[in-house]
Amino acid sequence: MRIWVPRDSAAKALGADAVAEAVAVEAAARGLDVQIVRNGTRGMIWLEPLVEVEQDGVRIGYGPVSPGDVPALLDGKMRSLGPVEDLDWMQRQDRLTFARVGVIDPLDLADYEAHGGLAGLRRAIAMTGAEIVAEVTGSGLRGRGGAGFPTGIKWNTVLNAEADRKYIVCNADEGDSGTFADRMIMEGDPFCLIEGMAIAGLGVGATRGYVYLRSEYPDAIAVMQAALRVARGAGVLGPDVLGSGTAFDMEIRVGAGAYVCGEETSLLNSMEGKRGVVRAKPPLPALEGFLGKPTVVNNVLSLATVPVIFEKGAAHYAGFGLGRSKGTMPIQIAGNVKRGGLFETGFGMPLGDLVNEVAGGTATGRPVKAVQVGGPLGAYFHPDQFDTPFGYEAFDRAGGLIGHAGVVVFDDSADMLKMARFAMEFCAVESCGKCTPCRIGAVRGVETIDRIAQGDADAIALLADLCETMKDGSLCALGGFTPFPVMSALERFPDDFGRQREAAE
Amino acid sequence: MPNPMPAPTEEEIRDIVAGQLHLEGPLLPILHAVQRSFGHVPQAALGVIAEALNITRAEVHGVMSFYHDFREVPAGRHVVRICRAEACQAMGADALAARTLEKLGTAWHGTTANGAVTVEPVYCLGLCACGPAAMVDNRVVGHVDDAKMDTLLSEAGA
Ligand SMILES: Cc1cc2nc3c(=O)[nH]c(=O)nc-3n(C[C@H](O)[C@H](O)[C@H](O)COP(=O)(O)O)c2cc1C
Ligand code: SF4
Ligand code: FES
Ligand code: FES
Repeated sequence: MRIWVPRDSAAKALGADAVAEAVAVEAAARGLDVQIVRNGTRGMIWLEPLVEVEQDGVRIGYGPVSPGDVPALLDGKMRSLGPVEDLDWMQRQDRLTFARVGVIDPLDLADYEAHGGLAGLRRAIAMTGAEIVAEVTGSGLRGRGGAGFPTGIKWNTVLNAEADRKYIVCNADEGDSGTFADRMIMEGDPFCLIEGMAIAGLGVGATRGYVYLRSEYPDAIAVMQAALRVARGAGVLGPDVLGSGTAFDMEIRVGAGAYVCGEETSLLNSMEGKRGVVRAKPPLPALEGFLGKPTVVNNVLSLATVPVIFEKGAAHYAGFGLGRSKGTMPIQIAGNVKRGGLFETGFGMPLGDLVNEVAGGTATGRPVKAVQVGGPLGAYFHPDQFDTPFGYEAFDRAGGLIGHAGVVVFDDSADMLKMARFAMEFCAVESCGKCTPCRIGAVRGVETIDRIAQGDADAIALLADLCETMKDGSLCALGGFTPFPVMSALERFPDDFGRQREAAE
Repeated sequence: MPNPMPAPTEEEIRDIVAGQLHLEGPLLPILHAVQRSFGHVPQAALGVIAEALNITRAEVHGVMSFYHDFREVPAGRHVVRICRAEACQAMGADALAARTLEKLGTAWHGTTANGAVTVEPVYCLGLCACGPAAMVDNRVVGHVDDAKMDTLLSEAGA
């Protein structure tokens, strides 16, 4: 009998290791022949630890399971959730990037292949670099790290650059609050990222890859390192990738706790052993990137989506989505929600459906007050805007951004002035220091918001001016987009900025 | 009270640095490796690193000080990191952090008087659907409330 107990860090954070241990002990006590598989998470974090038991070839779910539940679970006396694949949360999704996450043993290459793994790489090996790049362009894939830049166009620039060395750099810095999709892939389906990077290497003519992985993810670092060893041993990486005659190998580089190092040029400086200061563009990293060589910098999700594009074809991928937001987006629902986790769906679902139907509203049961989408640089949405469809263009028109697709829900106890202050404070702490509007402006921003809190009405106009200056005068989106959360909080939740003033009058 | 780790010799530091020199862009891996071995990056290491990479000591210091991860002095025996980012705030992380600091009688980055625990803020652990989140050394913890925090702290000897 096979029993799955996730090894994903969210599951571990909720006690999965103790559950796995209890399953081993109780199964032995009962003389049961049990094979425990430590899978990734299905993404239903409110059910973690979610244990799955194979019954007649179907995986039946139980959760959340505590170690104390395990005897009942093994005796067939615990109430099940039914077949996991049939759960509403699973049924409503289109899992392309996350097809295998939570399903397979992350470090079992045979399991990976049995679920479609390496089919994309094998297809790519038979193609020319230009054909590979054209396939990515045809899929409509846009960068999932935040900016939404077409991945095929970036790859084409690197393909056409003349150089003795080129690099594939995976951005696994995932600093945005409310996001964990990169982590879930790396812990739950690491070969998928490796395969995507190998295809990128073949496509643009790069033989070396790096994953810049944040130090806050020790579990993901360990799984990725183990996966690299397996992939190398099996010839997926190395001097002759799957017998293609082409080399590609990669290593993990661990970040050091700087949010700005998620910005691609700061990341490259950090990898080169410098301070993580943002570089002016041009030159584009695609032309002068790591160590001055042409470099593809892509987010984990962008690269991990490449294998399925090659496995199923560009047209299949492009068939999902809305307008110019093609394909699927792994949306991460977090914060104060009843059901939080990862929900991959074609672009286009209204924000309100995600918050109220998929996530089931708040965990506290109180009304939803605000939803921040896109991390610390993303705007706060008011429930009045819940009809906004999830997509790059629609969110842009609504005065926000989708970023890395983190959706953070707040109930009515949230103080939006405090959240605006936090956004400025975060910018001040994390600024790389290159531009004055960001470095100094954010500090002034905190002071100005404190003045508003003390009832100084004139400070509101000052804050708006300051945000304009930051928008116009910042080199990167840290200084440039911090005005999004600040101004959206101010404009959409004016009561929180006036309350103290009225009290003072 | 700092960690009772013996001061590293220059020889030991040199060995660790040498182990990373084959890498492209070795400075961050070197700093991580030194800190892994000694719990911090001792002053004595800066000169060794500078010499090995043919850069100035000031440059090494400049890089090191840019990143939150690198310590100039050792931490307590355990490091408790509490997430302060938005998704955890939505679940009450601010109040949890405030009470924890008060209980420990220290500010952020501070260490308890007995040297057992250093408390640090962290901006997201990727556990945003099960916040408030924390990490004790490398162990992740979700849905942290006061009771869970008390258990964690007493396990850590605070
Ligand atoms: C302050 C800042 C932080 C960023 N953090 C990340 C990050 O953690 N992960 C990421 O993939 N992209 C991040 N980005 C975006 C990257 O600069 C870059 O656009 C991205 O890595 C390109 O990959 P993609 O095209 O696949 O999205 C950040 C940008 C800024 C300005
Ligand atoms: S906006 Fe801020 S983080 Fe970005 S380059 Fe300027 S100073 Fe650095
Ligand atoms: S180490 Fe530089 S601000 Fe914390
Ligand atoms: S916001 Fe706390 S773990 Fe992500």
